Amino acid sequence: MEHYIALFIRSIFIENLALSFFLGMCSFLAISKQVETALGLGIAVIIVQGITVPANNLIYQFILQEGAWAWAGYPELDLSFLGLISYIGVIAAIVQVLEMALDRYFPALYDALGIYLPLITVNCIVLAGALFMVERGYNFPESVVYGIGGGTGFAMAIVALAGIREKLRYSDIPPPLQGLGITFITVGLISMSFLAFSGIQL
Amino acid sequence: MSTESKSVLLDPLIDNNPVTYQVLGICSALAVTTQMDTALMMCLGLMVVTALSNAAIALIRHNIPSNVRIIIQMTIIASLVIIVDESLKAFAWDISKRLSVFVGLIITNCIVLGRAEAFAMQNGVWDSFLDGIGNGLGYSVVLITVSAIRELFGSGSILGFTILPLVDNGGWYVPSGIMFMAPSGLIIIGVLIWVIRSFKVKQLEQPDYKIEVHRFEAI
Repeated sequence: MEHYIALFIRSIFIENLALSFFLGMCSFLAISKQVETALGLGIAVIIVQGITVPANNLIYQFILQEGAWAWAGYPELDLSFLGLISYIGVIAAIVQVLEMALDRYFPALYDALGIYLPLITVNCIVLAGALFMVERGYNFPESVVYGIGGGTGFAMAIVALAGIREKLRYSDIPPPLQGLGITFITVGLISMSFLAFSGIQL
Repeated sequence: MSTESKSVLLDPLIDNNPVTYQVLGICSALAVTTQMDTALMMCLGLMVVTALSNAAIALIRHNIPSNVRIIIQMTIIASLVIIVDESLKAFAWDISKRLSVFVGLIITNCIVLGRAEAFAMQNGVWDSFLDGIGNGLGYSVVLITVSAIRELFGSGSILGFTILPLVDNGGWYVPSGIMFMAPSGLIIIGVLIWVIRSFKVKQLEQPDYKIEVHRFEAI
Protein backbone atom coordinates (compact mmCIF):
# COMPACT_ATOMS: atom_id res chain seq x y z
CA MET A 1 0.00 0.00 0.00
CA GLU A 2 2.79 2.37 0.98
CA HIS A 3 4.38 1.82 -2.41
CA TYR A 4 1.24 3.01 -4.19
CA ILE A 5 0.83 6.07 -1.98
CA ALA A 6 4.45 6.98 -2.66
CA LEU A 7 3.88 6.59 -6.41
CA PHE A 8 0.75 8.74 -6.20
CA ILE A 9 2.49 11.56 -4.34
CA ARG A 10 5.47 11.32 -6.66
CA SER A 11 3.35 11.60 -9.80
CA ILE A 12 1.51 14.63 -8.43
CA PHE A 13 4.32 16.69 -6.95
CA ILE A 14 7.80 15.46 -7.77
CA GLU A 15 7.23 14.40 -11.35
CA ASN A 16 4.42 16.78 -12.18
CA LEU A 17 3.70 16.20 -15.86
CA ALA A 18 3.00 19.84 -16.62
CA LEU A 19 5.59 21.61 -14.54
CA SER A 20 8.58 19.33 -14.65
CA PHE A 21 8.14 17.60 -18.00
CA PHE A 22 6.39 20.47 -19.84
CA LEU A 23 3.64 18.22 -21.13
CA GLY A 24 0.21 19.42 -22.13
CA MET A 25 1.63 22.93 -22.31
CA CYS A 26 -0.53 24.03 -25.22
CA SER A 27 -3.81 23.54 -23.40
CA PHE A 28 -2.10 24.49 -20.15
CA LEU A 29 -1.43 27.96 -21.57
CA ALA A 30 -4.52 28.27 -23.75
CA ILE A 31 -7.22 27.18 -21.27
CA SER A 32 -5.97 28.81 -18.09
CA LYS A 33 -7.62 32.20 -18.33
CA GLN A 34 -10.37 31.36 -15.85
CA VAL A 35 -10.43 29.09 -12.83
CA GLU A 36 -13.76 27.49 -13.77
CA THR A 37 -12.78 26.33 -17.25
CA ALA A 38 -9.37 25.28 -15.97
CA LEU A 39 -11.08 23.11 -13.35
CA GLY A 40 -13.27 21.54 -16.06
CA LEU A 41 -10.27 20.64 -18.18
CA GLY A 42 -8.41 19.37 -15.12
CA ILE A 43 -11.23 17.00 -14.16
CA ALA A 44 -11.52 15.77 -17.75
CA VAL A 45 -7.79 15.02 -17.81
CA ILE A 46 -7.99 13.09 -14.52
CA ILE A 47 -10.83 10.94 -15.86
CA VAL A 48 -9.22 10.29 -19.24
CA GLN A 49 -5.77 9.61 -17.77
CA GLY A 50 -7.24 7.29 -15.14
CA ILE A 51 -8.87 5.20 -17.86
CA THR A 52 -6.39 5.30 -20.74
CA VAL A 53 -3.14 4.62 -18.89
CA PRO A 54 -4.39 1.31 -17.41
CA ALA A 55 -6.04 0.40 -20.74
CA ASN A 56 -2.80 0.98 -22.61
CA ASN A 57 -0.98 -0.95 -19.92
CA LEU A 58 -3.15 -4.00 -20.63
CA ILE A 59 -2.61 -3.58 -24.37
CA TYR A 60 1.12 -3.37 -23.90
CA GLN A 61 1.33 -6.31 -21.53
CA PHE A 62 -0.87 -8.70 -23.45
CA ILE A 63 -0.41 -7.69 -27.09
CA LEU A 64 2.65 -5.60 -27.82
CA GLN A 65 5.31 -6.70 -25.35
CA GLU A 66 8.04 -9.04 -26.51
CA GLY A 67 6.89 -12.55 -25.67
CA ALA A 68 3.23 -11.57 -25.20
CA TRP A 69 2.26 -14.01 -27.95
CA ALA A 70 4.27 -16.90 -26.49
CA TRP A 71 1.03 -18.79 -25.70
CA ALA A 72 0.15 -18.75 -29.40
CA GLY A 73 3.52 -20.14 -30.40
CA TYR A 74 5.33 -16.90 -31.28
CA PRO A 75 7.73 -16.38 -28.35
CA GLU A 76 9.93 -13.96 -30.30
CA LEU A 77 7.22 -11.73 -31.71
CA ASP A 78 7.89 -8.14 -30.60
CA LEU A 79 5.19 -5.71 -31.63
CA SER A 80 6.37 -2.80 -29.51
CA PHE A 81 7.11 -0.69 -32.61
CA LEU A 82 3.34 -0.51 -33.10
CA GLY A 83 3.08 1.12 -29.68
CA LEU A 84 2.55 4.73 -30.74
CA ILE A 85 -0.21 4.03 -33.21
CA SER A 86 -2.08 1.69 -30.87
CA TYR A 87 -1.86 4.01 -27.85
CA ILE A 88 -3.16 6.99 -29.80
CA GLY A 89 -5.89 4.80 -31.30
CA VAL A 90 -6.93 3.60 -27.85
CA ILE A 91 -6.90 7.14 -26.51
CA ALA A 92 -8.99 8.49 -29.40
CA ALA A 93 -11.47 5.62 -29.09
CA ILE A 94 -11.81 5.90 -25.30
CA VAL A 95 -12.30 9.66 -25.45
CA GLN A 96 -15.01 9.15 -28.07
CA VAL A 97 -16.77 6.46 -26.01
CA LEU A 98 -16.42 8.48 -22.83
CA GLU A 99 -17.98 11.46 -24.58
CA MET A 100 -20.98 9.40 -25.67
CA ALA A 101 -21.36 7.76 -22.24
CA LEU A 102 -21.20 11.09 -20.41
CA ASP A 103 -23.70 12.59 -22.84
CA ARG A 104 -26.11 9.72 -22.17
CA TYR A 105 -25.75 9.24 -18.41
CA PHE A 106 -24.24 12.41 -16.93
CA PRO A 107 -25.46 15.28 -19.12
CA ALA A 108 -24.54 17.89 -16.48
CA LEU A 109 -20.92 16.81 -16.41
CA TYR A 110 -20.92 16.53 -20.20
CA ASP A 111 -22.10 20.13 -20.53
CA ALA A 112 -19.53 21.29 -18.03
CA LEU A 113 -16.67 19.63 -19.88
CA GLY A 114 -17.94 20.74 -23.27
CA ILE A 115 -15.27 21.15 -25.90
CA TYR A 116 -12.40 20.08 -23.62
CA LEU A 117 -13.20 16.41 -23.76
CA PRO A 118 -12.52 15.85 -27.50
CA LEU A 119 -9.51 18.15 -27.31
CA ILE A 120 -7.89 15.82 -24.80
CA THR A 121 -7.16 13.31 -27.56
CA VAL A 122 -4.44 15.59 -28.82
CA ASN A 123 -3.22 16.59 -25.39
CA CYS A 124 0.32 15.30 -25.13
CA ILE A 125 -0.16 14.58 -21.46
CA VAL A 126 -2.38 11.58 -22.11
CA LEU A 127 -0.06 9.98 -24.66
CA ALA A 128 2.94 10.82 -22.48
CA GLY A 129 1.27 9.04 -19.56
CA ALA A 130 1.11 5.89 -21.68
CA LEU A 131 4.68 6.26 -22.93
CA PHE A 132 6.15 6.88 -19.47
CA MET A 133 4.16 3.94 -18.13
CA VAL A 134 5.81 1.68 -20.74
CA GLU A 135 9.25 3.20 -20.31
CA ARG A 136 9.20 2.69 -16.54
CA GLY A 137 7.62 -0.74 -16.73
CA TYR A 138 4.65 -0.19 -14.40
CA ASN A 139 2.33 -3.11 -13.73
CA PHE A 140 -1.46 -2.83 -13.83
CA PRO A 141 -2.24 -1.45 -10.32
CA GLU A 142 0.74 0.90 -10.57
CA SER A 143 -0.55 2.19 -13.89
CA VAL A 144 -3.96 2.96 -12.36
CA VAL A 145 -2.31 4.95 -9.58
CA TYR A 146 0.07 6.65 -12.01
CA GLY A 147 -2.73 7.62 -14.39
CA ILE A 148 -4.89 9.20 -11.69
CA GLY A 149 -1.88 10.82 -10.00
CA GLY A 150 -0.55 12.31 -13.21
CA GLY A 151 -3.98 13.71 -14.07
CA THR A 152 -4.38 15.19 -10.59
CA GLY A 153 -0.99 16.86 -10.84
CA PHE A 154 -1.97 18.48 -14.12
CA ALA A 155 -5.35 19.56 -12.76
CA MET A 156 -3.75 21.20 -9.73
CA ALA A 157 -1.15 22.97 -11.81
CA ILE A 158 -3.66 24.38 -14.29
CA VAL A 159 -6.04 25.57 -11.56
CA ALA A 160 -3.15 27.27 -9.78
CA LEU A 161 -2.05 29.00 -12.99
CA ALA A 162 -5.60 30.10 -13.76
CA GLY A 163 -5.89 31.61 -10.28
CA ILE A 164 -2.71 33.59 -10.81
CA ARG A 165 -3.75 34.73 -14.29
CA GLU A 166 -7.08 36.00 -13.01
CA LYS A 167 -5.20 38.32 -10.66
CA LEU A 168 -2.59 39.15 -13.28
CA ARG A 169 -5.16 40.87 -15.47
CA TYR A 170 -5.15 43.87 -13.17
CA SER A 171 -1.41 44.39 -13.22
CA ASP A 172 0.52 46.83 -15.33
CA ILE A 173 2.52 44.69 -17.74
CA PRO A 174 4.67 46.11 -20.58
CA PRO A 175 2.60 45.78 -23.80
CA PRO A 176 4.90 43.30 -25.64
CA LEU A 177 4.82 41.00 -22.62
CA GLN A 178 1.04 41.20 -22.32
CA GLY A 179 -0.80 37.87 -22.53
CA LEU A 180 1.39 35.02 -23.72
CA GLY A 181 4.76 36.42 -22.67
CA ILE A 182 3.95 37.01 -19.03
CA THR A 183 2.16 33.66 -18.85
CA PHE A 184 5.32 31.85 -19.92
CA ILE A 185 7.32 33.64 -17.26
CA THR A 186 4.67 32.92 -14.62
CA VAL A 187 4.71 29.22 -15.48
CA GLY A 188 8.51 29.34 -15.27
CA LEU A 189 8.30 30.73 -11.75
CA ILE A 190 5.66 28.19 -10.65
CA SER A 191 7.75 25.38 -12.05
CA MET A 192 10.80 26.76 -10.25
CA SER A 193 8.92 26.52 -6.97
CA PHE A 194 7.96 22.93 -7.84
CA LEU A 195 11.68 22.16 -8.08
CA ALA A 196 11.65 22.30 -4.31
CA PHE A 197 9.91 18.92 -4.32
CA SER A 198 12.54 17.32 -6.51
CA GLY A 199 14.89 16.43 -3.68
CA ILE A 200 12.28 14.37 -1.84
CA GLN A 201 12.89 10.64 -1.80
CA LEU A 202 9.86 8.44 -1.26
CA MET B 1 8.80 30.12 -56.92
CA SER B 2 5.72 32.33 -56.90
CA THR B 3 5.33 35.03 -54.25
CA GLU B 4 2.43 33.16 -52.72
CA SER B 5 4.41 29.98 -52.19
CA LYS B 6 7.23 32.07 -50.81
CA SER B 7 5.00 33.71 -48.24
CA VAL B 8 3.57 30.30 -47.28
CA LEU B 9 7.12 29.14 -46.68
CA LEU B 10 8.54 32.22 -44.97
CA ASP B 11 5.63 33.63 -42.95
CA PRO B 12 5.86 31.05 -40.15
CA LEU B 13 9.48 32.01 -39.47
CA ILE B 14 8.75 35.14 -37.39
CA ASP B 15 5.46 36.76 -38.38
CA ASN B 16 3.30 33.74 -37.79
CA ASN B 17 5.67 31.63 -35.76
CA PRO B 18 4.04 28.42 -34.50
CA VAL B 19 5.57 28.61 -31.02
CA THR B 20 5.63 32.29 -30.14
CA TYR B 21 2.51 33.39 -32.01
CA GLN B 22 0.20 30.44 -32.66
CA VAL B 23 1.00 28.84 -29.25
CA LEU B 24 1.49 25.40 -30.78
CA GLY B 25 3.99 22.68 -29.99
CA ILE B 26 5.34 24.17 -26.81
CA CYS B 27 5.79 20.99 -24.80
CA SER B 28 8.63 19.63 -26.85
CA ALA B 29 10.10 23.07 -27.46
CA LEU B 30 10.86 23.23 -23.76
CA ALA B 31 11.87 19.72 -22.94
CA VAL B 32 14.50 18.97 -25.56
CA THR B 33 16.36 22.26 -25.51
CA THR B 34 19.01 21.67 -22.85
CA GLN B 35 21.49 20.54 -25.53
CA MET B 36 21.67 21.81 -29.07
CA ASP B 37 22.17 18.48 -30.83
CA THR B 38 18.97 16.98 -29.41
CA ALA B 39 17.13 20.16 -30.37
CA LEU B 40 18.40 19.97 -33.96
CA MET B 41 17.39 16.33 -34.24
CA MET B 42 13.94 17.14 -32.89
CA CYS B 43 13.52 20.00 -35.40
CA LEU B 44 14.48 17.74 -38.26
CA GLY B 45 12.04 15.05 -37.13
CA LEU B 46 9.22 17.52 -36.70
CA MET B 47 9.86 19.18 -40.06
CA VAL B 48 9.80 15.84 -41.88
CA VAL B 49 6.59 14.76 -40.15
CA THR B 50 4.78 18.08 -40.63
CA ALA B 51 5.74 18.40 -44.31
CA LEU B 52 4.88 14.82 -45.24
CA SER B 53 1.68 14.64 -43.21
CA ASN B 54 0.52 17.95 -44.66
CA ALA B 55 1.22 16.68 -48.17
CA ALA B 56 -0.47 13.33 -47.54
CA ILE B 57 -3.55 14.89 -45.98
CA ALA B 58 -3.82 17.49 -48.75
CA LEU B 59 -3.63 14.68 -51.28
CA ILE B 60 -6.67 12.86 -49.89
CA ARG B 61 -8.49 15.90 -48.49
CA HIS B 62 -11.49 15.54 -50.83
CA ASN B 63 -12.04 11.94 -49.79
CA ILE B 64 -11.97 12.36 -46.01
CA PRO B 65 -15.44 12.39 -44.40
CA SER B 66 -15.34 15.31 -42.02
CA ASN B 67 -16.65 13.49 -38.93
CA VAL B 68 -13.80 10.97 -38.87
CA ARG B 69 -11.11 13.34 -40.10
CA ILE B 70 -9.26 13.60 -36.79
CA ILE B 71 -8.77 9.85 -36.59
CA ILE B 72 -7.57 9.68 -40.21
CA GLN B 73 -5.15 12.55 -39.62
CA MET B 74 -3.90 10.91 -36.44
CA THR B 75 -3.28 7.62 -38.24
CA ILE B 76 -1.26 9.30 -40.99
CA ILE B 77 0.73 11.31 -38.46
CA ALA B 78 1.30 8.33 -36.18
CA SER B 79 2.61 6.21 -39.06
CA LEU B 80 5.05 8.96 -40.07
CA VAL B 81 6.21 9.40 -36.48
CA ILE B 82 6.83 5.65 -36.17
CA ILE B 83 9.05 5.86 -39.28
CA VAL B 84 10.99 8.80 -37.82
CA ASP B 85 11.30 7.07 -34.44
CA GLU B 86 12.53 3.81 -35.92
CA SER B 87 15.05 5.54 -38.20
CA LEU B 88 16.39 7.56 -35.27
CA LYS B 89 16.79 4.34 -33.29
CA ALA B 90 18.62 2.81 -36.22
CA PHE B 91 20.98 5.67 -37.11
CA ALA B 92 21.31 7.87 -34.01
CA TRP B 93 20.77 5.59 -31.03
CA ASP B 94 22.23 7.78 -28.28
CA ILE B 95 20.31 10.88 -29.37
CA SER B 96 17.14 8.84 -29.66
CA LYS B 97 17.75 7.62 -26.10
CA ARG B 98 18.13 11.18 -24.84
CA LEU B 99 15.00 12.38 -26.64
CA SER B 100 13.16 9.48 -24.90
CA VAL B 101 9.40 9.87 -25.24
CA PHE B 102 9.52 13.19 -27.01
CA VAL B 103 9.90 11.72 -30.50
CA GLY B 104 6.72 9.76 -29.89
CA LEU B 105 5.09 12.93 -28.67
CA ILE B 106 5.47 14.51 -32.13
CA ILE B 107 2.15 12.72 -32.77
CA THR B 108 0.38 14.93 -30.31
CA ASN B 109 2.52 17.95 -31.13
CA CYS B 110 -0.14 20.49 -31.86
CA ILE B 111 1.86 21.97 -34.75
CA VAL B 112 1.39 18.84 -36.84
CA LEU B 113 -2.32 18.39 -36.21
CA GLY B 114 -2.93 22.13 -36.14
CA ARG B 115 -1.41 22.66 -39.58
CA ALA B 116 -3.12 19.57 -40.99
CA GLU B 117 -6.45 20.85 -39.76
CA ALA B 118 -5.95 24.55 -40.53
CA PHE B 119 -4.00 24.43 -43.79
CA ALA B 120 -3.74 21.03 -45.46
CA MET B 121 -7.50 20.43 -45.43
CA GLN B 122 -8.05 23.51 -47.62
CA ASN B 123 -4.98 23.77 -49.81
CA GLY B 124 -3.13 21.93 -52.55
CA VAL B 125 -0.41 19.34 -52.07
CA TRP B 126 2.59 21.53 -52.95
CA ASP B 127 1.46 24.50 -50.85
CA SER B 128 0.73 22.22 -47.90
CA PHE B 129 4.15 20.67 -48.20
CA LEU B 130 5.74 24.14 -48.16
CA ASP B 131 3.56 25.15 -45.23
CA GLY B 132 4.80 22.09 -43.34
CA ILE B 133 8.43 22.95 -44.09
CA GLY B 134 7.84 26.60 -43.15
CA ASN B 135 6.22 25.77 -39.83
CA GLY B 136 8.95 23.24 -39.15
CA LEU B 137 11.49 26.00 -39.78
CA GLY B 138 9.64 28.44 -37.55
CA TYR B 139 9.65 25.84 -34.77
CA SER B 140 13.36 25.25 -35.43
CA VAL B 141 14.17 28.95 -35.13
CA VAL B 142 12.72 29.01 -31.61
CA LEU B 143 14.23 25.68 -30.59
CA ILE B 144 17.70 26.57 -31.86
CA THR B 145 17.67 29.98 -30.18
CA VAL B 146 16.50 28.58 -26.85
CA SER B 147 18.87 25.61 -26.93
CA ALA B 148 21.84 27.79 -27.92
CA ILE B 149 21.21 30.05 -24.92
CA ARG B 150 20.67 27.12 -22.57
CA GLU B 151 23.69 25.16 -23.72
CA LEU B 152 25.98 28.21 -23.81
CA PHE B 153 25.18 29.33 -20.28
CA GLY B 154 24.47 25.88 -18.85
CA SER B 155 27.61 24.09 -19.98
CA GLY B 156 29.70 26.78 -21.65
CA SER B 157 29.67 25.14 -25.05
CA ILE B 158 27.70 25.09 -28.29
CA LEU B 159 27.18 21.74 -30.04
CA GLY B 160 29.85 20.32 -27.73
CA PHE B 161 32.53 22.89 -28.65
CA THR B 162 33.75 24.91 -25.67
CA ILE B 163 32.99 28.62 -25.98
CA LEU B 164 33.25 29.68 -22.34
CA PRO B 165 35.97 27.65 -20.57
CA LEU B 166 34.52 26.19 -17.36
CA VAL B 167 36.03 26.63 -13.92
CA ASP B 168 36.25 22.84 -13.56
CA ASN B 169 38.59 22.69 -16.54
CA GLY B 170 40.78 25.59 -15.46
CA GLY B 171 38.75 28.31 -17.17
CA TRP B 172 36.83 31.18 -15.66
CA TYR B 173 33.13 30.48 -16.34
CA VAL B 174 30.93 29.14 -13.55
CA PRO B 175 28.07 27.29 -15.29
CA SER B 176 24.60 28.27 -14.19
CA GLY B 177 22.69 25.23 -13.07
CA ILE B 178 19.27 26.77 -13.64
CA MET B 179 19.80 26.47 -17.40
CA PHE B 180 19.52 22.70 -17.09
CA MET B 181 16.31 22.90 -15.12
CA ALA B 182 12.81 23.09 -16.47
CA PRO B 183 11.98 26.73 -15.61
CA SER B 184 14.75 28.35 -17.66
CA GLY B 185 13.21 27.16 -20.94
CA LEU B 186 9.89 28.80 -20.08
CA ILE B 187 11.48 32.05 -18.99
CA ILE B 188 13.71 32.21 -22.11
CA ILE B 189 10.71 31.69 -24.40
CA GLY B 190 8.80 34.33 -22.42
CA VAL B 191 11.63 36.81 -22.97
CA LEU B 192 11.91 35.78 -26.63
CA ILE B 193 8.22 36.61 -27.09
CA TRP B 194 8.86 39.94 -25.42
CA VAL B 195 11.70 40.71 -27.87
CA ILE B 196 9.74 39.61 -30.95
CA ARG B 197 6.66 41.55 -29.97
CA SER B 198 8.65 44.69 -29.29
CA PHE B 199 9.45 44.70 -33.02
CA LYS B 200 6.28 43.12 -34.41
CA VAL B 201 3.62 45.43 -33.08
CA LYS B 202 0.92 43.50 -34.94
CA GLN B 203 1.29 40.55 -32.57
CA LEU B 204 0.49 42.57 -29.42
CA GLU B 205 -2.42 41.32 -27.32
CA GLN B 206 -4.93 43.80 -25.98
CA PRO B 207 -4.98 43.92 -22.17
CA ASP B 208 -8.30 43.06 -20.49
CA TYR B 209 -8.14 46.17 -18.36
CA LYS B 210 -6.54 49.49 -19.10
CA ILE B 211 -4.44 50.60 -16.17
CA GLU B 212 -5.08 54.28 -15.47
CA VAL B 213 -2.09 56.32 -14.41
CA HIS B 214 -2.74 57.70 -10.95
CA ARG B 215 -2.06 61.42 -10.86
CA PHE B 216 -2.05 63.58 -7.75
CA GLU B 217 -1.58 66.76 -9.79
CA ALA B 218 -4.95 66.34 -11.44
CA ILE B 219 -6.86 66.57 -8.18
